[in-house]
Amino acid sequence: MPQVKVFITLKPTLLDAQGRVVQNALTSLGYDKVKSVRIGKYIVLDMEGDRERVAKDVKEMCDRLLANPIIEDYRFEVDE
Amino acid sequence: MKFGVVRFPGSNCDQDAYYVLRDVFHVAVEYVWHADTSVKGYDCIILPGGFSYGDYLRTGAVARFSPVMGAVQDHAARGGFVIGICNGFQVLCEAHLLPGALIRNTGLKFRCRQVWLKVETSNTPWTCKVGDRRVLQIPIAHGEGCYVADPADIERLEADGRIAFRYCDADGNVTPDSNPNGSMGNIAGVMNENLNVLGMMPHPERASESILGSQDGRLIFESVIHTLQTTGVVAQPH
Repeated sequence: MPQVKVFITLKPTLLDAQGRVVQNALTSLGYDKVKSVRIGKYIVLDMEGDRERVAKDVKEMCDRLLANPIIEDYRFEVDE
Repeated sequence: MKFGVVRFPGSNCDQDAYYVLRDVFHVAVEYVWHADTSVKGYDCIILPGGFSYGDYLRTGAVARFSPVMGAVQDHAARGGFVIGICNGFQVLCEAHLLPGALIRNTGLKFRCRQVWLKVETSNTPWTCKVGDRRVLQIPIAHGEGCYVADPADIERLEADGRIAFRYCDADGNVTPDSNPNGSMGNIAGVMNENLNVLGMMPHPERASESILGSQDGRLIFESVIHTLQTTGVVAQPH
């Protein structure tokens, strides 16, 4: 049964306000090598069907609902 | 003339909008359930504020696929009026009835306070009764009201005169300090190409009686009521 992991992040051109706050917090903890933090979403889907079909369906799901292409980028991995 | 206020699971400004239309403006208004598949009989649909479907995934992302939204899209395509307020604006963007998207306020805080809005044009169905009033005081209450869009979309909105409102100071100056959420171009409200769909983050229904501190929100409802009365636009028969 394929398991799909979807990673969604704000487009790099948009300010990730959460990420910046976390970066500042890390810097104040002494981790001054952190140059950027981006926070996103991680979605796990347990699916049925062959990998090719699953990948096609998940791409469609991302384009229609899971991500908003105006503000977000996504990528996903299909594991067995 | 009849207004319809859509109720999604998690809408919480639906009663405010309904109350203002019925008790302040004395016009016909009914609730429309999110599972309904028709909005025939309504001249203007209101998508109210709130947290539809818990704002899960993204604000408005799930509500956009409610059965009623197909009917709202048809209604808008036929030239019917639609106003999305706060969460309703987010739903309209997700449904691609308006360009752009609304993301987390740059300051991360939920901002709940009165703001000043510069009225960019009074030549629209939503602002025709504004007259010489170029600055309105209307409250906001949102955590995700930062308006963003592709630069090309922003240019098109500007060129077409489809930016309805911008956050400004009390004198109407559009300044970074008067921007409560980081919106591009201080944008607080936009319209579609035919101007029959308006989305705005501020809440005009919370500024329609003097006891609430401002009546400036009335002008937006008065404008669309006036438009409906004078253009003779009536609801499509069943």
